[in-house]
Formats: sequence, C-alpha cells, structure tokens
Amino acid sequence: MIKVEGLTKRYARNVAVDHISFEVEKGQIVGFLGPNGAGKTTTMRMLTCFMPPTEGSAQVAGFDVRENPMEVKRRIGYLPETPPLYPEMEVIEYLNFVGRIKGVPKGSLKGRIDEVMQKCAVTDVRNKEIGKLSKGYRQRVGLAQAIVHNPDVLILDEPTSGLDPHQIIETRDLIKGLSGDHTIILSTHILPEVEQTCQRVMIINRGKLVATDTMENLSSRLHGAETVAVEVLPRDGSPSPQWVESVQQKLERVPGVSRVVPKDAKDGRARFTVESQKGSHVRPELARAVIESGWQLNELHGMGLSLEEIFLELTASKDQATSEPAPEAVAQEAVK
Amino acid sequence: MNTLTIARKELSSYFRSPIAYGVMCFFALITGFFFYSAVRFFLQQSLQTTMMGQSVPLNVNEWVVRNVLSNMSVVGLFIIPMITMRLFAEEKRTGTIELLVTSPLRDGEIILGKWLAAFILYLAILGISVLNMLVLFAYGNPDWRPMAVGYLGLILQGGCLLAIGTFISTATRNQIVAGVATFGVCLLLWVLDWVSSFESSTLFTIISYLSVTSHFESFARGVLDSKDAIYYVSMIVFGLFLTARSMESIRWRA
Repeated sequence: MIKVEGLTKRYARNVAVDHISFEVEKGQIVGFLGPNGAGKTTTMRMLTCFMPPTEGSAQVAGFDVRENPMEVKRRIGYLPETPPLYPEMEVIEYLNFVGRIKGVPKGSLKGRIDEVMQKCAVTDVRNKEIGKLSKGYRQRVGLAQAIVHNPDVLILDEPTSGLDPHQIIETRDLIKGLSGDHTIILSTHILPEVEQTCQRVMIINRGKLVATDTMENLSSRLHGAETVAVEVLPRDGSPSPQWVESVQQKLERVPGVSRVVPKDAKDGRARFTVESQKGSHVRPELARAVIESGWQLNELHGMGLSLEEIFLELTASKDQATSEPAPEAVAQEAVK
Repeated sequence: MNTLTIARKELSSYFRSPIAYGVMCFFALITGFFFYSAVRFFLQQSLQTTMMGQSVPLNVNEWVVRNVLSNMSVVGLFIIPMITMRLFAEEKRTGTIELLVTSPLRDGEIILGKWLAAFILYLAILGISVLNMLVLFAYGNPDWRPMAVGYLGLILQGGCLLAIGTFISTATRNQIVAGVATFGVCLLLWVLDWVSSFESSTLFTIISYLSVTSHFESFARGVLDSKDAIYYVSMIVFGLFLTARSMESIRWRA
C-alpha cells in the first residue's frame, strides 16, 4: 500500500530524513517510533504531499507523491500533531467542509459524516463549537476529519499526545478499531503505545531508520535472554556488603545465569538484576537457591522485554559510534 | 466548486468573529461623516452661489459624490488590511493550512477562494455607503452613471489591494504582522502618487503610475478609462500570482 524508497529531506544545514526505505502492506498498523526531532513528522509530511522530498520516492496506493499528488491526497487521511480544527465552526459543519474539500460526493456526504461521527464518538457534540470542546473530543474530531473520505491510508502524527490517560486509552481503541478498513501509520515517542496498538514498528533516529520489524521479532532479536529482578532479605539484621557479595556469588552459581548485577541495598533488603541465557528458566532455581541458603526471598519477577530497552539499545549504540570520541583519544587528551 | 467551498468557509468565519462587524461599523461611521460634511459644504456653497445670483446650480456629482468616493478610496486603505490579515496567517498559526494543503485542492482554488471571500466582504462593506448615496437621490437628482463608474473604481481598487493583502498574509503566521505590513504597503501605494507633483520626469511618472490612488482619479470623476481598469486588473492577477508562489514556498520550507 505504501512504498518508500530512499526518501530524503535535506534542509540548508541539516538532513531531517536520510534515505529511508520501507513498505507497508494493506491493513497493517505500523508504529513510527523515535525521539522528538528524529524526522517522524517530516517523513509523514512527505507522504501526505505537504512537502516534496529532496530525493527518493514514495508511493501511496501505487501513486507517486511527486508525479500524482492529487491522487495520493485523495487516498490519504492525515491527522497532524495538532489537529487542524477551526475553533469557530461546529463539529458537523467542520466535517461537512472537510468532506467537501476531500472530494466526497455530495449525495453521500451526509451519510458519511453520520458514520464517522458515530465511529469517533462525537455524535453527541455535533452541534457544539469546536473551540469549546475538551482536548479528547477535539482529537476525536481530528480523527473523524481524517477518515471522512474513507481513505485507504491513514497517517496519524502523535495521535495521543497531550491527552489524559483515559483519553489515551479511548483513542488507542479507536485507532485499533479503524485498522480493518485502513492501512495506518502512526508516529509516537511513547513506547508502550506502539506495543499496544501496532503490529509492526519502525524505529527512526536522527533521520535514519534504525530498525523495522514485527514487535515479536524485534524483541527476540535483541534480547534472547530473560532478565529477572530479585530482592533478598537476610535472616536478621541489615545487609552488610560481605553478605551482599555472598548472595551475588550464590546466585551466579545457579545454572543458566550469565550475570548478576547488585542494584542497591537499603531498608534491610538487597536487590539484584539477574540475566540468564537464552531458553533457560532460572526463576525456580533462583528461588530455591535463596531459600536454601536461609535468606528470605522478598520479590522475584521477570522484567519483560520492553520496547524501551530495545529502543535505548538501538539508539544508544548508534550514538556512541558517531558522537562520542574513543576512550583512547580522551586519555591522550588528558595526558597533554 | 472547491473555490466556492473555501470562499463560503472564509465568509462564515468572518461573520463569526468580530472582524466583519467591526470593519463594517468603522466604515459606516467614517463614510457617514465624510458624506455629512460633503453635503454640508455643498449646501453652504450652493446657498452662497444662489445669493450671488448665479443661475446655474452646482452639480451634486461634482461636489458631493466625487469627494465622497475619493475619501472612501482612502478609507479602503485602512479597512483592507483588517480584512486580509487573517486569511493565511491564521491558518499557518493554527496548523489548519496542513489540512488545506494535504487535501486534493489546487493551490489556485485555495487562493482564489480566500480572495473571493475577502472581496465579497469588501463589497458588502461598500454596500453600506450606497445608503448614503440613496439619500442624494431622495432629495436631489444626481446622475447615476458617473456614480456607478466611481463605485466600479472602488471595487477594482479594493480587489487589487485585497490581492496584495492576501499575498502578505501568506508570508507570516502572525495576523498582526500581516495587517501592519499590508497597511504599510497600502499607504506606500497611496503616497507614491504624490511624487508626480515633484517634477514630470520619466522616472517619477513611472513611480506615480504604480500608485493605486492615481488610477482612481478618473473613476472618481466618472470617467471610465481602460488604462486604469487594466492597471487594477493586472495588479489583482499579479497579487494572486505572488500568493501562489509564496504558497509554494510554504511547502518547501515548512
């Protein structure tokens, strides 16, 4: 449905988007993830024909954004980061206006508006001025605007930014509900959002695509192993450094454990992060080791593989490679 | 079709904000004052001439209509920035320009729609002053033809300044800046005419030709000169052309 090849946006001094290539199939929800200023919005703006790319090509539903922008625009629904609303208009009037400029045939416009108002749960505010609506409602009117012409592709730029937790959940559910009819690209810098809504994720950093994969593949590719947090109390008294060390040694001897990192020891308890090898189930063994040594096991839980870690790992390694000077160079600098 | 959709949206937002009412009110007060003082002066003069025993009565068109129309053309310089300042600046500020540009609309349709809305509002404002003129018809018998030509001149001059204002509005996201800049340009285009009184060299003639008000003179007298009409129409086209170029640059720079 969407095919992007070597897409680049260069400004006078910097490169906002640097040779990005990807494809999105029909009906998928793809998360576009990256820190602020990574080039998410710029990429989306090029896809929606808001700005032309400096280099490369992008095709939406078989039409090139440069050669056939009108056809592309007809097939794309776009919700920018700040929903493009006219505060003085009523909701129904606004959707009517958007429907007309998006080329919805006059005969079917009214029915279409009723449909999207229902889908986005804004029917109850249809005759209210948009400027007087709450932020959550405004976001939903923005979504209604994006789907009023029933586009093949939906591009949503940070659809949940600035909403309260309740509204965020509503919006996410709404987006998930739309995925059947539309191919969706949504951008965000909130990691759990991608985990919860998207089937595929593309990670972008400093204008470059760092990773693109399904959620499952991405996690298993980076971390084969499981990480477990363990909290241990001594039988009596407060944990001494020697004791912490002995616990660490004990845990390290559990089969399958590759590394034990002591976190902190306070309030009479010591915490460790235990990394294990791929495919080994160390949690029961860890528990037994602690109990058999006569200590008290306060807490034991798997840390899961959050997108957060994946993301940090991917972006941090790039950062080190490019921006930080090598340690030797620093040392030499110090000698001088 | 799309042009009309845009124009309708712009017009309705004019009448939902205080702008349209404010400008109309301002215009009605000012032109009312000019009309009153012109009539007053005319009555005094005609009384004097009758007392001095002249048999030919003073011409209403010459004494009242022409002056009022000239004054209105200057008032136009003040109200046009108020009309055009928000056209694009506001859309750029709130981000709704993204909606327009990513919709299947041609730039020309957006620009023409917005200019048309401003133009219609301007016509409505001019309509208020017609009420003053009707008073003349009720108590005297002015010739309607030169008056109509005068109004045509006002309409053309307005259209041209509105096109310039529309262009300036695309250059900023701040309405006030757009308004002030438009006012400055309008004022400049007005005073350029004054250089023609300095000397009659070629340069000064050209400069004076560029002035919007110098072309209004003949219209105010009731003379329809194709040269002046062509000036206004080409300025409208030029202003809208600049707007189109500027809109393209919004995309490249955004």
